[in-house]
Amino acid sequence: MLKHHAWQDACVTTLPVMFGYLPLGAAFGILATEVDIPAWGAILMSLIIYAGAGQFLAVALLAGGAGLIEVAVATVMLNSRHLFYGLSLLRRFEGAGWRKPYLIFALTDETYSLLTTHLGEAGLSHAQAFRVSLLNQLWWVLGTTAGVLASTALSFDSRGIEFALTALFIVLTLEQARRLRQWLPFAIALGTGFGAMLLLPDRHLLLGAIGAASLVLLADYRRRHHRGVA
Amino acid sequence: MNGLDLLGFITVCVLATFATRVLPFVALARQSEHPLVVHLGRYLPPAVMMILVIYALRDFRPLADGHLNAAADGWPMMLASLVVAGLHLWQRNALLSIIGGTGAYMAMVQVGWVP
Repeated sequence: MLKHHAWQDACVTTLPVMFGYLPLGAAFGILATEVDIPAWGAILMSLIIYAGAGQFLAVALLAGGAGLIEVAVATVMLNSRHLFYGLSLLRRFEGAGWRKPYLIFALTDETYSLLTTHLGEAGLSHAQAFRVSLLNQLWWVLGTTAGVLASTALSFDSRGIEFALTALFIVLTLEQARRLRQWLPFAIALGTGFGAMLLLPDRHLLLGAIGAASLVLLADYRRRHHRGVA
Repeated sequence: MNGLDLLGFITVCVLATFATRVLPFVALARQSEHPLVVHLGRYLPPAVMMILVIYALRDFRPLADGHLNAAADGWPMMLASLVVAGLHLWQRNALLSIIGGTGAYMAMVQVGWVP
C-alpha cells in the first residue's frame, strides 16, 4: 500500500472519532481555561496525559485543590479498565517494535475500539494501527487547542455532534457480532452492564461492568478448560 | 498555582494514566500465548464494545423511579441509535451509519424536539 493511501485510509477510519474528539477536546480546553489552567498546560495535558474522562477529572481535582496522592489514586481508579484492554491486546501488539510504546500510551476507549474491530477486510497492520492511534490523538489535541484559543462562541452550531462516539460504538458492536457469531460475550455485557447500572454509582459504572465481564469470561474459560474444549 | 506546581500535577496524572495502560504488557509479557489470554483477547473486545454502548446510552431510563423519566436528550438518543443500527444492518457502511445517526441526533437536539 502506498504511504499516502495508508494515511488516507487511517483518516477515514478515524473520522467518527474526529467528530467526537474535536468537540470533546474543545470542551476540555474551555473547562481548563475556566479554572485558570494556562493554555500551554491544557495542551500539554492533551499531549502527554491523553485520557478523555481522566483529563476532565484532573481539572476537577485541580480546581478542588486535591493533593497529589489523591490525584494519583483517583486517576488510577478511573483508568483501571485499561488493565483489561491491555490484556486483550497482548498478542495484537506483539512485534510492533518502536511503535509499541506509543500504541500502549495512546490506548483510549475509542482507539481500543477501532483497533479491536477491524473495519474493512484484513486486520490493521502495526503501522496502520499506529497511524490510527496518532490521528485520534491529533483530533484530541486540535480540539483542545481550539477550545483554549476560542473559548467564545463557535459559529457552527455543533450541539449534539458528540453522539458520533455513541454511533461509533454501536457500529463496532454490530461488526463484532457479525464476525464472532456467538452471543455469549454480548449476553455477558448486557448482564454486567445493566447490573452495574442498577448497583453502582455512575463513576464506577464502566470499571464495574468491564471488570465483572472479565471475571465471567474467566469463569467461562475455567469451565471449558475442565471439559477440555478450551 | 504556579507553573512548576502545575507541571508536578500533570506529571502525576501522566504516570498514573500510563501505569494502567502499560501494566498488563509488562506483567504478562511472557504469557501472550497462554490460552486464557487468547480466550480474553477473543471475547473481551465484543463485551467491552457492548458495555460502551450501554454506558453511552445510560441516561435513558424511562422507568426509573417508577415513572417516565428519560433525560431531555434520552429519546433523540434512542431514536438516533436505531437510525445508526438500521442504516448499518442495511448498508453496512460504517461512515454512512455514523454520519446518518449523528445528523439525526443533532437535528432533533437543535430543534428541541422531544416526543
